Amino acid sequence: MRFLLLILPFLFFGKALGDDAIPASLTGAKGDPQRGRAIVANRQVGLCLLCHSGPFPEERFQGNLAPDLRSAARLTEGELRLRLVDPARANPQTIMPAYYRTEGLTRVAPSLRGKSILTAEQIEDVVAYLVTLK
Amino acid sequence: MLCMSLQAGEIPLGERRSGYEFMGRDTRAMQDDDSTNPALFWLMDGETLWKRKDGVAACSSCHETMKGVAARYPKVAGGRAVNLEQQINACRSERQKAAPLAYESRELLALTAYVARQSRGMPIEAGWNERTEAGRALFTRRQGQLNLACTQCHDDNWGKQLSGTTIPQAHPTGYPIYRLEWQDMGSLQRRLRNCMIGVRAEPYPYGSAELVDLELYLMWRARGMKLETPAVRP
Ligand code: HEC
Ligand code: HEC
Repeated sequence: MRFLLLILPFLFFGKALGDDAIPASLTGAKGDPQRGRAIVANRQVGLCLLCHSGPFPEERFQGNLAPDLRSAARLTEGELRLRLVDPARANPQTIMPAYYRTEGLTRVAPSLRGKSILTAEQIEDVVAYLVTLK
Repeated sequence: MLCMSLQAGEIPLGERRSGYEFMGRDTRAMQDDDSTNPALFWLMDGETLWKRKDGVAACSSCHETMKGVAARYPKVAGGRAVNLEQQINACRSERQKAAPLAYESRELLALTAYVARQSRGMPIEAGWNERTEAGRALFTRRQGQLNLACTQCHDDNWGKQLSGTTIPQAHPTGYPIYRLEWQDMGSLQRRLRNCMIGVRAEPYPYGSAELVDLELYLMWRARGMKLETPAVRP
């Protein structure tokens, strides 16, 4: 009984806790921060600057629907990876799209069905860039 | 299955603002002055079409003024919502015995703008009816590869910057509009399809029940706001 009481919270919250990070690289390799920066800045590829601002003095229009990307500094590499792959796992109400998830979506344009917004390689590039913001 | 129903706040009635209020001074001036509003050419064409016999009659053979009409559309009849363009086409095929006009054709935009212009300044009269909930469901449902619902931008984040664009509240007060980006006139359905394409969703076809239900919900959401057709938008 005592044991059950002790582990009960983990039965309920274990998933959320376990889901706060994806420690391992999706490709098994390290990404390239230069390429990652270009993806983040590109409005057709990363789309990040639609919502976020960040250290991109050359980009005139940046969004303000989301925190400045420099706030990523407080997150570990694994936490950042999870927030790109499927941010709803950190915050179910988030408006940030899941960049590496294809299921659970509605009426995706036919040419994009079954495709994630970014590839595994691109996710790793963006993660590699975001950790440089520390 | 998480958050399928979003508890996004509806905008309080007193805080609603037309897209007009988010525009720069030059664009507002263009809309306000009939002689610089590019929609003028469509209004002129609309008047010609209104008076011209097509099939067995002209619109003006049956109707006099259209004042107030656009403020009450879409209308619900027999469980289905019908928008102004569809009503115009219904009159054409049933009464004039003329061919229906294609969506986004110059003729249909011209006639719709000509009819709606006559309600400029009048408050939208839209009650809640049997199709409005279906429209709201579409407005609050996440969709597309970006998995965003209309409400997340237009109820929760209006006034903020999406890149270089200020997100408006999505009120249907000015349609058909002349949009500078299009260099053209366009219907409300064109605008709705644009936002769907923006979130990388498959847009519903022109004239589909879904788009008309959405129009109906947007009109209810904008009830009491003044029509400003033909509006200009960036
Ligand atoms: C449609 C809007 C949107 C887009 C596009 C978007 N984000 Fe986000 N992002 C958010 C919001 C809002 C948050 C705040 C946390 C939340 O709501 O989940 C966030 C949070 C984050 C965080 C965590 C920051 C913190 O301090 O917790 C990181 C890192 C991040 N985003 C990176 C990115 C990157 C990189 C991209 C592009 C590849 C991107 N985002 C695209 C809306 C967006
Ligand atoms: C990611 C943000 C976003 C989402 C999601 C979105 N919109 Fe929009 N919408 C905009 C922006 C920004 C504009 C302003 C015009 C532009 O630059 O595209 C706009 C404009 C509009 C307008 C024109 C308002 C006017 O003043 O003329 C309508 C109506 C509208 N949206 C409806 C919708 C509907 C319906 C949906 C869902 C199917 C939707 N929007 C989803 C961002 C969004």
